[in-house]
Amino acid sequence: MPQITRLHELVYELKIAEVMTQEVVTVTPQTSMSELRKILQEHRISGTPVVENGELVGVISIEDLIKALAAGEMGVTVDERMTREPVVLCADDRVVLAVDHFTRYGFGRFPIVDEDAKLVGILTQGDVTRGLLKKLEFEYHEDEVRRYRASHIFEDVVSDRTSIFLHYDVVAHDFDYAGEASSKVKRALNHLGVSSQIVRRAAIATYEAEMNIIIHTDEGGEITVEIQPERIIMRATDTGPGIPDIEQAMQPGFSTAPEWIREMGFGAGMGLLNIRRCTDEMRLESPLGTRTSLEAVIYVDRRRARAESQGACGK
Amino acid sequence: MTLEEICRQLQLDVQAAPAKLGTQVTGGYASDLLSCVMAKAQAGYVWVTLQAHPNIVAVASLANLAGIIITEGMKPDPATIEKAEEQGIPILTTLLTTFTVVGRLFELGVSGVDDVGT
Repeated sequence: MPQITRLHELVYELKIAEVMTQEVVTVTPQTSMSELRKILQEHRISGTPVVENGELVGVISIEDLIKALAAGEMGVTVDERMTREPVVLCADDRVVLAVDHFTRYGFGRFPIVDEDAKLVGILTQGDVTRGLLKKLEFEYHEDEVRRYRASHIFEDVVSDRTSIFLHYDVVAHDFDYAGEASSKVKRALNHLGVSSQIVRRAAIATYEAEMNIIIHTDEGGEITVEIQPERIIMRATDTGPGIPDIEQAMQPGFSTAPEWIREMGFGAGMGLLNIRRCTDEMRLESPLGTRTSLEAVIYVDRRRARAESQGACGK
Repeated sequence: MTLEEICRQLQLDVQAAPAKLGTQVTGGYASDLLSCVMAKAQAGYVWVTLQAHPNIVAVASLANLAGIIITEGMKPDPATIEKAEEQGIPILTTLLTTFTVVGRLFELGVSGVDDVGT
């Protein structure tokens, strides 16, 4: 399949009004060919619309001028040499129609009219190329700005404490979508310009928390990732069945996952350990053995995160 | 060493993301337990496993692994291949056992991390 480039799309999106030259140099039917020569030379153009009493009556080009020059007829008027009833395009038409007209008619320029058939501009192939390039450059710049803004959002937004919250609903026993939340967290952090080492740690910690909810709960749960300039806080909560003995759950290899889940390679009894290993602080609570809430913190700016940390951490 | 070279030397079948075979392999890790892979495999490692379900792609992608070698003739599910194409994670298959694949990789100079910590 041929690839559709942005350029192709632009040809269909842009209107002629956006790329045409608006200040049109015109002549009248009574202008002589020698006057026309001066006008074309002065404005460095190769043709102009011919207007009489505000109405477009024809187009005259440098080719007509050369023919007149060759025939020694520079005294005749534009009226005798111009192309009458010229093909025009509407300012509201898409650029693709102009491209089609340039190939179909082989003309160097088309007068552009509005819906009242009034002359509002002129279009050459050069205008089309320049218009497209300008738009492409503009979009490229916008894209750069967007990317720049994403990674500098914390500098641009001023508050005493700025956080971005990402919320994900995790469905119990849904192994088809397992890893979706963590993949999205990874993408978001990359987009925000977080260093790849930290992104990897956050992605692994989130994945393990996500898998725990998928494997062990009956009703699913929620994962929230809070991104601050100096730290990333991942919280995973669910409504049960809870962890009766947290210390035991933290032992490498200890797992309560059923056999069919272990056969897929999940439930290795390493998940909580992985979370602890990848994060700088970890708190795990399962009061009364019913619901479980996990909070894990990764320092982005180690010095500042530590200084502001409240101290109580499970590590 | 690139994944493509490993592919040629071990005569592996490419099941997904052939465009990403130029990736440099920085080491290797073998396990069928996903959390162990998350814990030990480093970015750029090739992962040797018997698992063939879609979640192996999520694991490889999240841990920035170079690719996955599925052993003993296990065939990845269509969903696994689709995910791998989407995420650009090469999946290679072989009839050889995990033991043999790892041995051959070692001969080729691909080594693993022996991090005994948790």
